[in-house]
Amino acid sequence: MKMKFILVLISSMLLGAPLAYAVNPDEVLQDPVLESRARVISKEVRCVVCQNQSIDDSNAQLAKDLRLLVRERLVEGDSNQEVLDYLVARYGEFVLLKPRFALHTLFLWGGGPLALLIGSFFLWRASKKKKYAPLATSTAGVKPLTAEEQAELDKLMSSK
Amino acid sequence: MIIELGHYALILALVVAAVQSVFPVWGALKSDHRLMAMAPGLAILMFLLTCVAFAALTWAYLTSDFSLLNTYQNSHSDKPLLYKFSGVWGNHEGSILLWVLILVLFGALVAVFSRNIPQQLRAATLGAQGWVSFAFLLFVIVASNPFERISPAPLQGAGLNPMLQDVGLAIHPPLLYIGYVGFSIVFAFAAAALMLGKLDAAWARWVRPWILVSWIFLTLGIAIGSYWAYYELGWGGWWFWDPVENASFMPWLTGTALLHSAIVMERRDALKVWTVFLALLTFSLSLLGTFLVRSGVLTSVHAFAVDPARGLFILAILLIFVGGSLTLFAWRAPLLRQGGLFAPISREGSLVLNNLFLTTACAAVFVGTLYPLVLEAFTGDKISVGEPFFNLTFGPIMVPVLILIPFGQLLAWKRGDIWGVAQRLTSAFILAILATVALVWFMGASTTSIMTAFGFGLAFWAIFGSLWEIVDRSQVFKVGFARAMARVKGFPPTVWSTVLGHAGLGITVLGIVTTLAFESEHVEVMHPGETLEQNGYHITYENSWTRNGANYQELVSQYTLRKGDKIVGIMEPAKRAYVSSGMPMSETSIATFGFSQVYFATGDTDENGGIVTRIYFKPLITLIWIGTLFMSLGGVIALLDRRLRVGAPVSARKRKAAKNAIASAAPTPAE
Repeated sequence: MKMKFILVLISSMLLGAPLAYAVNPDEVLQDPVLESRARVISKEVRCVVCQNQSIDDSNAQLAKDLRLLVRERLVEGDSNQEVLDYLVARYGEFVLLKPRFALHTLFLWGGGPLALLIGSFFLWRASKKKKYAPLATSTAGVKPLTAEEQAELDKLMSSK
Repeated sequence: MIIELGHYALILALVVAAVQSVFPVWGALKSDHRLMAMAPGLAILMFLLTCVAFAALTWAYLTSDFSLLNTYQNSHSDKPLLYKFSGVWGNHEGSILLWVLILVLFGALVAVFSRNIPQQLRAATLGAQGWVSFAFLLFVIVASNPFERISPAPLQGAGLNPMLQDVGLAIHPPLLYIGYVGFSIVFAFAAAALMLGKLDAAWARWVRPWILVSWIFLTLGIAIGSYWAYYELGWGGWWFWDPVENASFMPWLTGTALLHSAIVMERRDALKVWTVFLALLTFSLSLLGTFLVRSGVLTSVHAFAVDPARGLFILAILLIFVGGSLTLFAWRAPLLRQGGLFAPISREGSLVLNNLFLTTACAAVFVGTLYPLVLEAFTGDKISVGEPFFNLTFGPIMVPVLILIPFGQLLAWKRGDIWGVAQRLTSAFILAILATVALVWFMGASTTSIMTAFGFGLAFWAIFGSLWEIVDRSQVFKVGFARAMARVKGFPPTVWSTVLGHAGLGITVLGIVTTLAFESEHVEVMHPGETLEQNGYHITYENSWTRNGANYQELVSQYTLRKGDKIVGIMEPAKRAYVSSGMPMSETSIATFGFSQVYFATGDTDENGGIVTRIYFKPLITLIWIGTLFMSLGGVIALLDRRLRVGAPVSARKRKAAKNAIASAAPTPAE
């Protein structure tokens, strides 16, 4: 977290941005429906010069430009998806905080479910194996007691 | 001179670590009592030497000794005393030294407090702890030495990053590190058990306090870090799914799983191999987190190569320990016998499911955190993985966890009766529905989405369902109130720790769901004397003035917050400029009403005396952190359990037998 502070600072220093957070009053659209759509889109778009911040949260100049661009596209009548496509065409997939599902992100999206499947499979197998394993086999592979351990055991048993 | 003493002590500590890495382990494997007896003394000595080193660095900060490169780069003589002190770990070198200090502290604690565990296990554990200590002491001395001098000494230092000049820096890193690094001792216990080939329920009993301590501190560390980011960063966010946060969250998830599987191992002698694996995994994730945060790999894959000494060194430590422990595990784990059998529907079964979901959740966070780095390194493609991704992949996995919690608490060991438990939980279910309806009505039914209502329901189910264990166990409806109270007084601490921990999670979830669904933000340019009405409050901007602080100048803006005619808050957010760096900072101002907060931050001023004012309304947001306090309290109560302190396995077995006798004598619900 500390690191994050530092990075936020460095990025804001490099850009010489004034300390204004996120959406400013002068950017807000008149139409509340379009504005709320703009906010939804902004939360999914990365401020490409920042460390893991959406343009909705960032105070960088570039984020402001992108916010205005998003609103411009919305006013021109683009759908949410069209706005995102437009941004990807200009800035690459890096701007999307939620990567698209494609071949190169297959493992990214599938990793969690895959872990769940593998885990469930092992549990299922373990539960089957246990059912049929006779209890007696569980003593296989036990090392015999050493002389000292046997002596200690005898002592304990006799003291009772 | 003091600096050189500290430096020298650190090098001596490295030598002690080398000795501790070899001889006690050798002794444990060859049953040589003389070699094993060395371990506790060495661990304590290493701790004392590291203390000397840390004290020397602290002294340099307190006296503003700028002949030290580290102090020059990160301190300033005008800094308030608290920040001179906490500034010791507000930089890379000092922070790693704090890491090492806590590492060797845990070694010393095991040396002092684990007299009742077998000598062999203790020696091997301290030996394994010695390996980790050696690796990190070497890293400090070779690649992150805080004791480097500069000549001639500058008159003034460059100053501490203003963002870190906060009481949060004094609390957050030490707590987080105690949690993070505490898992090293759990790792050492696991490695020792694998080396000695002995693993039984008693092992789980000896290790559980260390898991608990680490988990409590990690929980608090993450929570405080979250609150710090919330009030410091100035846009009201409290969790960002940032790789640095994920780095601490991953060991928390597996650590929570470990906490639960160790209970199964202690009580039922089952899940042994899995518990050891989780112990190794949790510390591996702590190391991974350290690598992510400290190597610079996060800024970009290429920045990592800029400072190869540090990055590659930690990467080497990571690979050696992860690879080494997995090899040891693969080699020795087949020798460990699986113990106690249980039916899939049982207390053990529910804890296994808990483990499945928590590790899956961890896997999802792991993939999301590392995938962009790996993809960029191999193909050069840059993608971003942010909050929307994690909400989609992590969120759903928490749903079954919350649903299962109350069932897990009431299911019997070995073989449970799921329908019987469901019947016993009917009242809790009804309570949860009623509470959900009440909250939806209170928040405004028309604005509540189905998903939000479902989230409320899950949270209340976890809260009431876990609290229901008290009602269920007291049998208040059968035996009457007076006798039920007597029963409640006689509950073992584990009941309270479970109830508090689980209810705490429900409370946190309730805070998260409410905040996400109902928080609102208002940004206006306000002029002096202007009043606006928002969320039932009248907010008046009074005026702004400048004020001088210890090492900064700030523009304070005053707002009056009224509800009706009553003044409920005077808010004074500020914008600061630090003298040494000229860096601007925003100081937020937060008012708490019940569990909800109103959050103020100011932005730019315009030529007409107007100021950009951001007001955030955060309903029930404090529940997020209050819930974590309950979880930690649950951990503390579990730690007070007498059985964990009385370590002798024989007496414990007797106690268990006695307990079982009582349990079987008591009327048990139909199964």
